[in-house]
Amino acid sequence: MIKEFMPGLRLMLVFTVLTGLMYTGLVTAICQVLIPDRANGSLIRVGDQVIGSELIGQVFTKPEYFHPRPSAAGSDGYDAWASSGSNLGPTSQKLADRIKVSVEAFRQENPDYRGPIPADLLTASASGLDPHISPDSARAQAPRVAKARGRSLSQVEQLIKELTENPDLGLLGDPRVNVLRLNLALNERFAERLEEPEGNAGCASVPMADKPLDVSRLIVYSSLARVFMFRILK
Amino acid sequence: MTATGVLQILGFFLVLLALTKPLGLFMARVYEGQRTFLHPVLRPLECLLYQLGGIKEEIEQRWTQYAASLLSFSLFSFLFVYVIQRLQAILPFNPQGFTTKKTTPDVSFNTAVSFMTNTNWQAYGGETTLSYFSQMAALTVQNFVSAAAGMAVAIALVRGFARRQGTTIGNFWVDLVRGTVYVLLPLSLIGALLLCSQGVIQNFQAYTTATTLEGGTQVIAQGPAASQIAIKQLGTNGGGFFNTNSSHPLENPTPFSNFFQTLYILLISAGLTYTFGVMVKDTRQGWALFATMSLLFFIGAFVCYPAEQAGNPILAKLGIQTGATIGQPGGNMEGKEVRHGIAPSALWAVATTDASNGSVNSMHDSYTPIGGLVLLFNIQSGEVIFGGVGAGLYGMLLFVVLAVFIAGLMVGRTPEYLGKKIESKEVKMAMVALMACAASILMFTAISANIDFPKDSYWNPPGAAIANTNNGGPHGLSEILYAYSSGTGNNGSAFAGINVNTPWYNLTIGLAMLIGRFLIILPMLAIAGSLVGKRYVPSTSGTFPTHGPLFVALLAGTVIIVGALTFFPALSLTPIVEHFLMEAGQLF
Repeated sequence: MIKEFMPGLRLMLVFTVLTGLMYTGLVTAICQVLIPDRANGSLIRVGDQVIGSELIGQVFTKPEYFHPRPSAAGSDGYDAWASSGSNLGPTSQKLADRIKVSVEAFRQENPDYRGPIPADLLTASASGLDPHISPDSARAQAPRVAKARGRSLSQVEQLIKELTENPDLGLLGDPRVNVLRLNLALNERFAERLEEPEGNAGCASVPMADKPLDVSRLIVYSSLARVFMFRILK
Repeated sequence: MTATGVLQILGFFLVLLALTKPLGLFMARVYEGQRTFLHPVLRPLECLLYQLGGIKEEIEQRWTQYAASLLSFSLFSFLFVYVIQRLQAILPFNPQGFTTKKTTPDVSFNTAVSFMTNTNWQAYGGETTLSYFSQMAALTVQNFVSAAAGMAVAIALVRGFARRQGTTIGNFWVDLVRGTVYVLLPLSLIGALLLCSQGVIQNFQAYTTATTLEGGTQVIAQGPAASQIAIKQLGTNGGGFFNTNSSHPLENPTPFSNFFQTLYILLISAGLTYTFGVMVKDTRQGWALFATMSLLFFIGAFVCYPAEQAGNPILAKLGIQTGATIGQPGGNMEGKEVRHGIAPSALWAVATTDASNGSVNSMHDSYTPIGGLVLLFNIQSGEVIFGGVGAGLYGMLLFVVLAVFIAGLMVGRTPEYLGKKIESKEVKMAMVALMACAASILMFTAISANIDFPKDSYWNPPGAAIANTNNGGPHGLSEILYAYSSGTGNNGSAFAGINVNTPWYNLTIGLAMLIGRFLIILPMLAIAGSLVGKRYVPSTSGTFPTHGPLFVALLAGTVIIVGALTFFPALSLTPIVEHFLMEAGQLF
């Protein structure tokens, strides 16, 4: 039995170095050189200030902003240090109560919208950090946002249309709107206050992050990665 | 169902189908020690590993030595993961300064067993518990080697069928090293870079503090995630970097990354069916297994997806839209992410339970009863629908043994498979494996549904073990049943509302994982050892052909019937009754 024992210990040590440290280090090095923005969390900055990540939803409660989906992450929601879903099952009283309350609140906050409530808008996401809402969920809030910002409904709806991301490769996933990017665009385009003239709002303009998927870039990266891998392992 | 939803599922399957043969062929060459296009680069690394490990490449092992090697490796795997967690406070790469307050002995035991057995059940939340060093040096390593060990067992079993009157079934160390070096490492490297290009993070920074647009503060977790996510999917491990696994936007940011990760769940297991065909020198046999798995895959996908798309009638009554339109997904969106939508979420859930992967991109606890039923049944029927890497193939071969045995009983002939007589020893071993798992799932569930602890006791502070559930009624029992099914099946996904981070659950689920791993592997290696010595019986006109549609139907039927016979009573108390209660609008 001893004969079978020693290689176990020795190989565990070797694998810890190879697949734990070297592999992780190699991937980190390549990503930090080629795509540091992505590797570091796709952060959005205004000046020196990090205002969030393009990929992580955040809390919005003011009427002049689009609101995200309910979140079960952390006690106040959208705690990016404590991702969590609600884990409430389909026959949960708590879920039904929560939905009932949020339907009423939604109707109260959005008196000018009378259509049905989109499936995603009042249901909690899996991660509690969902950065997106569906285009319909954005449109459902458009009258409220337009009113709060003193804009016409069509101006706001136009913005939603511009920022709607289509399914990747035309097929994968659902159309969606990134709430943070949408709200940044609101600040950029439309003054926050009814009375203020157009274009004089306090917020700086924020450059849009790259589209999440660019197939040609992917191919270049993966072939680069291969070359790197071969070099290093040789 | 929507047209794009169906197309996504079919498209996924076609890509998987297209990759099965090339990858399967490559793996067959790797395990048979033939040259591949990667040898010029990776052969020196392979040799170096043998040198450092003190392994003689050309020496083969009997099944007992093979099993002993695997057990010794698993023991050291366990010890490494346990010790690293317990010492993480004094180890490097710990910018958040995580202590061992949350990695208590019972959590560390559970996690060590979990990653060593390729389960990756997580009683802890990644971003709030583990240092970067623990994540990479303990967990990422196990993601590789527990997968490679599973593949090695499958290959050893295939050798049992393929070799004639031999005594040995290969060398565990050599299979372990080859699987890691030629298959897992290159594919993980490609996967990690691709995922990072989509936005999966890969760094060693401290967490970022952001000031949100409305002036709030948000701490964004960071870390070397991409490298771990790639191998987590590829090796059917499933252990997430973050608490919410691949539903977390920094772990699975785009629909494309989602598609890619789903593909990685089933990729190697699908390929191994072809590897099997090559090694037994009849690729039709491999395709027959592939066809059986595909049939069961489609049944699961097209029961689960429509159920999720139909949504929850209780929420519909409260005013939530459940029909899909062009601008919103419809269906049951509680616990699902908008960027993925209903079909890719259901597809993932089916794939992750078909395999013993257990990563999630949506919260299974919030699935409709019928959707959840599919997931539970996938796990309980042995995760043989492509299955875990290696585990899926040896699990399916276990059912093959049973299927040919049943067919033999029907016609009164000694059953054969691939020219090897299947006799009492093989059938007994297959039954040991099957019954150990069924007993583990059902008995632990029954005990936990009944056992009482004083409130604030060490073993279970919330009191009775059912007090840990997050949902009432049948759904609460589903949470317990799912936990032990997932542990025993080495799956790792959860109806995650249940609080399993107490010594009672950590210990019992840990035991379930050990039973589900080793009480299948050891009987399977014993079968390999028994088969390898048998002489080849040429097929005659009376031999039952095992590559045609009749065999595929028989094999699929065996999987479903054995699973249904064992688990129908338990399932009827959980998702099945819950479905009717939901239709009646009953709340708990």
